[in-house]
Amino acid sequence: MTKGGALPKGFEMPSNIDSPSQSSSQEKYEEVKSSSKTITLRISKFNPEKDQRKAFHAFTVPYQRWTTVLDAILDVKSNQDHSIGVRYSCRQATCGSCGMIINGKPKLACFTKISELDSDVVTVEPMNNFPLIRDLAVGFERMFSTHKRMKPYIIREDSETNPGTKEFLQTPEDVEKYIQFSSCIKCGLCNSACPTMTTDSTFIGPQGLAQAYRYVADNRDQGKDERLRIIDEPHGIWRCHFAGSCSQVCPKGVDPAMGIQLLRGYLLGYRK
Amino acid sequence: MDKDRREGIKGMANPGRYGIERVAYWLMRITGLGLLFYFIGHIYETSSLLDGKAAWNSMLELTQTTEGHIFLTLVIGMCVFHTGNGIRLMIAQAGFGFGKPRRPDYPYTPSSLNMKNKLCIYVSIGLAALAMMYGLGVMYDV
Repeated sequence: MTKGGALPKGFEMPSNIDSPSQSSSQEKYEEVKSSSKTITLRISKFNPEKDQRKAFHAFTVPYQRWTTVLDAILDVKSNQDHSIGVRYSCRQATCGSCGMIINGKPKLACFTKISELDSDVVTVEPMNNFPLIRDLAVGFERMFSTHKRMKPYIIREDSETNPGTKEFLQTPEDVEKYIQFSSCIKCGLCNSACPTMTTDSTFIGPQGLAQAYRYVADNRDQGKDERLRIIDEPHGIWRCHFAGSCSQVCPKGVDPAMGIQLLRGYLLGYRK
Repeated sequence: MDKDRREGIKGMANPGRYGIERVAYWLMRITGLGLLFYFIGHIYETSSLLDGKAAWNSMLELTQTTEGHIFLTLVIGMCVFHTGNGIRLMIAQAGFGFGKPRRPDYPYTPSSLNMKNKLCIYVSIGLAALAMMYGLGVMYDV
């Protein structure tokens, strides 16, 4: 690294690049903004504590090929309406915070580029089948409590952390049986898309059921019977009608519909 | 507003957003309800036998009208689709027909929504359409 921003010996600054003194970052931002296309972003606004009904507020937002829906919402929040309620964190489809309905389908806002929506109007709403906190943010309490009910941990008598024991070994084939389902980021998109969840408030939901399968299929686990008892209830696994919408919207390739059908195999005796 | 903001029947019945699997789910529910109503109507129809031959014949005449033919054609379609798609669902819900779980690679394509399943749905719809055409042909002596 050279001091004072000087280039190492043998390197020259190309003539068509401005030096930092010639162009400030604000000017560059304005240049990008003026050269980009714009969309109309319709954001659902509703505060259950104050408002009577939800309303859509429309904003004109500049975008580039790489701009995500979350970028656009944050642009509006920074420059046009600071009051928009939106939850986000990692911006890279890892934390599962920014799930919302984008042009009618549940998606992660950070994982959806505006250019791929192929529409001049982008409408964002909070996810369905979840209680609303405000605007685009929904409450995950029920989903997390259902997730906990599935006992999302390895259950067995002994422990690999006890003195004198070794780690529990698995073959690559053993890992393949469940690794797909361990990618769940608990974003709730599957529960929002599920047609059973639209009417049944006590249904476990695809997220919880897929996680039950993840541990049932893990050969280190000995809690299979316990979990199967939990899901074998009137509002449990039998309420899934295999519409497959959960798998279609999953941003991590978890395929909850497959996990649920495989889990049924254990209850019907096809799998051991 | 519902506290959990459930979409309700409107969300369940909207078949357009999630591809052919959601359409099949919707058709399965509609045809199931239709067949349930037909079953109830069928019991009512056959119970007219208890009132003698004349009552039975007058009940049968209802099916010999244009509306009756359309109704029976729909029943044929509902039966065939519900049977075909029902077999697909029974096989799938036992855990067969979509391979094994595997490490997901981007772009993610869910195995549970594979071509075999889609093909079965299209075949069920196609068979229902063929059966309805055949039924219409028989009823109208074509």
